[in-house]
Amino acid sequence: MTPFRPFTGIPKQVEERLEELNATISRRNFLRDSGLLVVSFSAAGMVGANPFATQAAIAQAGGPYRDPDFRQLDSWVVIHADSTATFYVGKTDCGQGTGTAFRQMMCDELDIAYDKTSLIMGSTDVTVDQGGSGGSDAIQTDGWPMRRVAAEARRVLLELAAARFALPVDQLAVSEGVVTVKADPSRRVTYGELIGAKRFNVTLTGDNINATTGVAKLKAVQDLKIVGLPLQRYDIPPKVDGSLKWAVGVKLPGMVHARNVKPPVAGAKLVSIDESSVRGIPGFVKVVSKGNYVAVVCEREEQAIRAARDLKVTWQKPSVRPFPTSENLYTYMRSATPTSSPNPNVVGNPDAALASAAKVVEADYDVPFQGHTALGPAHATADPSNGQMTIYSNDMKSYGLRNGVAEFLQMPREQVRVVWMEGPQGYGRTAADDAGFEAAFLAKELGRPVRMQWTRAEETAWDTKGPAFTFSLRGGLDAQGNLVAFDYNARAADYHHLGYNEPDTVLIAQLAGMGTSKPASGGAATPSEMYAIPNRRMTTHVVSLPLVFETPLRTGNLRDPNGPQVTFASESFIDELAAAAKADPVEFRMKLLTASTTEDSGFKRARSIAVVKAAAETYGWDPRPSPKPLGTGDILTGRGIAYAYRSQTVVAQIAEVEVNRRTGHVWVKRLVCAHECGLVINPEGLRRTIEGGMLYALSRALHEEVKFDTEKVTSVDWVTHPTLTHADTPASIEVVLVNGDPKPDRPDLPHYGAGETACKPTIAAVANAIFDATGVRLRRVPFRDARVLAALKAAKV
Amino acid sequence: MSNVTLTVNGRAHTVDIEPSTPLLYILRNDLDLEGPRFGCGLGQCGACTVIINGAAVRSCITPCSSVKGEITTLEGLAKDGELDPVQRAWIEEQVPQCGFCQNGQIMTAKVLLSRNPRPTDTQIREGMAGTLCRCMTYYRIHAAIKRAATLIADAGAASDKGGAA
Repeated sequence: MTPFRPFTGIPKQVEERLEELNATISRRNFLRDSGLLVVSFSAAGMVGANPFATQAAIAQAGGPYRDPDFRQLDSWVVIHADSTATFYVGKTDCGQGTGTAFRQMMCDELDIAYDKTSLIMGSTDVTVDQGGSGGSDAIQTDGWPMRRVAAEARRVLLELAAARFALPVDQLAVSEGVVTVKADPSRRVTYGELIGAKRFNVTLTGDNINATTGVAKLKAVQDLKIVGLPLQRYDIPPKVDGSLKWAVGVKLPGMVHARNVKPPVAGAKLVSIDESSVRGIPGFVKVVSKGNYVAVVCEREEQAIRAARDLKVTWQKPSVRPFPTSENLYTYMRSATPTSSPNPNVVGNPDAALASAAKVVEADYDVPFQGHTALGPAHATADPSNGQMTIYSNDMKSYGLRNGVAEFLQMPREQVRVVWMEGPQGYGRTAADDAGFEAAFLAKELGRPVRMQWTRAEETAWDTKGPAFTFSLRGGLDAQGNLVAFDYNARAADYHHLGYNEPDTVLIAQLAGMGTSKPASGGAATPSEMYAIPNRRMTTHVVSLPLVFETPLRTGNLRDPNGPQVTFASESFIDELAAAAKADPVEFRMKLLTASTTEDSGFKRARSIAVVKAAAETYGWDPRPSPKPLGTGDILTGRGIAYAYRSQTVVAQIAEVEVNRRTGHVWVKRLVCAHECGLVINPEGLRRTIEGGMLYALSRALHEEVKFDTEKVTSVDWVTHPTLTHADTPASIEVVLVNGDPKPDRPDLPHYGAGETACKPTIAAVANAIFDATGVRLRRVPFRDARVLAALKAAKV
Repeated sequence: MSNVTLTVNGRAHTVDIEPSTPLLYILRNDLDLEGPRFGCGLGQCGACTVIINGAAVRSCITPCSSVKGEITTLEGLAKDGELDPVQRAWIEEQVPQCGFCQNGQIMTAKVLLSRNPRPTDTQIREGMAGTLCRCMTYYRIHAAIKRAATLIADAGAASDKGGAA
């Protein structure tokens, strides 16, 4: 294997020390190249009970449901008599394969074969509360306590073996769950023989769950054998053969089906319900209403669908228009009085620098509201049996749902639990789990298990939205084309941004008159890059739409909540500045990155340089300014780069586009992503997560926009709210795992997060590529055919 | 309500049901089949796809009384305990993320390959275009369809060889 050599551009002294280190860390080489290896591996085997089946089985107990104690080793690791192990963690997997990655990390620390283990996640009564998922921090943050408890279990098992053999621990070896005497390997004992089916009874320490630890030391990265392997995900076979039990499919004795009846226009007040309009429907059970919240309940699902359609409800429209139209949104946002304007972040003297600049560039950008629009609309089933409340849910933050529902229903926490099961994409939507609250509310009202299922129109119109943004940017170049001033001004329509499963902000609380009267302040964001610009001002404002509560335009966390919007503006603008300086876009960025040697604790500058170089080298970037000379045929091609970081994960992406000048259609033919997230746990899982993140952002670039008139959202299905399809898929996607963490004096590479970072730069990379191909700068998302064609025509392309 | 008889994955079932009820709800709620899933109820996304008479059919907009022919769901693709080559390719390529849409992807790909054993990239794009994925696993689906085509061709070649021997 070739020695580890990060793409040049890392400061020289760091690179030299890194090379010394690499002489001793072959593991790092392996991790970087492991995506190229063909590793023989039997299909992911699950030992004993399928974790998913187990999850259904554990839902039998009758309560109360006490919190597992995170300071007890037994809450995390169970060794069975057959030397298999079950891990229990307080996380959920939204489809990025984090469950498999957790097992890999814990197996390595425990010294047990991967296929002798299983993992239970997310159910509140059997797993400790690690918060579920969010922020792409599962590996970065939650992986540490998991590693430490597994290491502690190994330590305890070795001590048990030492006592059995009457030898000190240092005379024992352990491999794959078997402890042997170094001097006489015929003397051996298995983990199952040492503790199988018995409790560890070991108390852990730590002020909070993230700090949970025993006394064992973690293994050095060089000693990890399972981390870094491209193991197949254990959850994929049951997703492919149809055997997986999903939250959406839960059936309970006596269960009834519920559908919501939403106000026809935002802010409407319920006047009256004519229950006789549905009483004759076979299987009709009840109409439940509170405030402006209305639901119908029937014995069968198709009956509930019909009842929701037929129910006659009289509503009174609000006296004020709830919002401007989506066409007028940006004009409204730019002129609205902000609800908050934090003090700008200022470096140097941007006004003076702009005044004396040789060239000043100004540009405005707009990004619409974009919805989660999960493929499967919201759903949950709640069971009020035995005076308890069990919610079967795909809520990515199941622990928060439990707390929120307990408060909402005014039940003791111990009487409420959430059984987490798989469901359609999380990405922030299920962190504000409307359906879970609604199912529990109705189950309590009816005293029967209730399954709540939202419709497509309801989900697309009323799910939580990523905030719309407007940007006004100014930049100043000196006579040599150096960027000397950058003035950033962002406005986000983010007033009353929803929290996580808060009992007073979920939709049913708002509609039922049980919501807060104090809106959350919301926020805008600033670019995430390491550019050295001597004079800068970063200004952010939050603005509100006229209707704050009971509105379908309610903002929540959508996959990297502000990143795609902010990075679209900032990285498009950097490209505009490069074009104004007649500089190559990669070289222009490299100059900004290398203009300083100031580093943070994670060497983010050096790693930023490494990913930009890696992306350019992988793409085969030939330096020249954009745009390229205009082509002559119908199809114009171009390339664009964008870069960003999120926390300590750094990415650079290059898009190659074909723009049809007759139709305005944009096809992103090729995507390259250089990705640096420290220690890689599972390179194949990581690659797919990055691919998904990029294509998700591509969908936002090309298609997605929530449309509305002045009283309701008019995006209600896949025709009125299009998404990326197979037809849009790039012909080629290349992901380079740079793994270029250059901190030279650290024995371990930390593992950072992945997922949301890959969403950040894609929209900008595509916009920059369209500019390169056509010379036309698109400053409003999305780049649908009609908008692109209009821009091309206006520019006479 | 009336009796409707449906043959699903080789077994006949009679349900007493309102005849206009979409097939999807009977498969899921009465026959306990979780392969076909509710995504839109409008025939727009494909999550509910089943195979009837060799065609990919959207069960969410198909009245149960209109079904003529045997229904195959995701659960019925495996034969004699062996996963279908399309399913094997899906696992080998590690296609799914959340997996919610993958029933539609697999069933649509199965029909695509049965009609066109060697689809081109363009034919895959066009043939699959109406089957949506919000985790955006499209790129891996394309690879899996090509892999499945090879698996099916190899199996055919092996059985031809076996037949000749």
